[in-house]
Amino acid sequence: MTFLTDDPIDQQALIDAVLRRSDGALALFAGVVRDHHAGKAVESIFYECWRPMAEKEMAKIAAEVAAAYPDAAIAFVHRLGLLHVGEASIVIACASPHREEAFSACREVIERVKKTVPIWKREKGPDGEEWVGWQGQ
Amino acid sequence: MKVRMLLFAVLRDIVGADEREIEVADGVRAIDLWNDLRATHPRIAPYERPPFTAVNQDYVKPETVLHDGDEVAFIPPVSGG
Repeated sequence: MTFLTDDPIDQQALIDAVLRRSDGALALFAGVVRDHHAGKAVESIFYECWRPMAEKEMAKIAAEVAAAYPDAAIAFVHRLGLLHVGEASIVIACASPHREEAFSACREVIERVKKTVPIWKREKGPDGEEWVGWQGQ
Repeated sequence: MKVRMLLFAVLRDIVGADEREIEVADGVRAIDLWNDLRATHPRIAPYERPPFTAVNQDYVKPETVLHDGDEVAFIPPVSGG
């Protein structure tokens, strides 16, 4: 599967990809563009990515989290390009026979994506645009 | 020997190029190329080490020695999710 998309994320497709008849729990997480960051107003975020490396890292995360939670089925997609307030940048779906694994796997995926996947955001507000995370802009 | 350097996001904007082919001496390390960038770009200078370094699409330590044909990527702080 591919972990990146340039289009709005199809949440139902992710659910359909993971949910089995044996599952009693489905955890869904969405990262959403919010209207502020570090005290500044945000209107939109542009997400840029190094695609081959990001796909590779996300596949590694999927495999390692699946190995850590063998009863869970996991699917996730990150969206790229220009997103406005309220739009989902990432959606993660984890299904499991019981809720504990579904919640834990879902949490693990988002924490790891934020740490290592080469995706960058440039926030746009009334005062201009800025890459997030670089000291001494 | 020759290596290819890739730059992304804020680093690409600062340097003004997303890719550079560089002629380097044998034994050169990724951090040596980073230090060259620091020397010529004041906005990179404060970073003694690159936030992330990848060689041939694997994360590595910046002290990694490069070989002919290697693709070294300097990656700004990631902010996905």
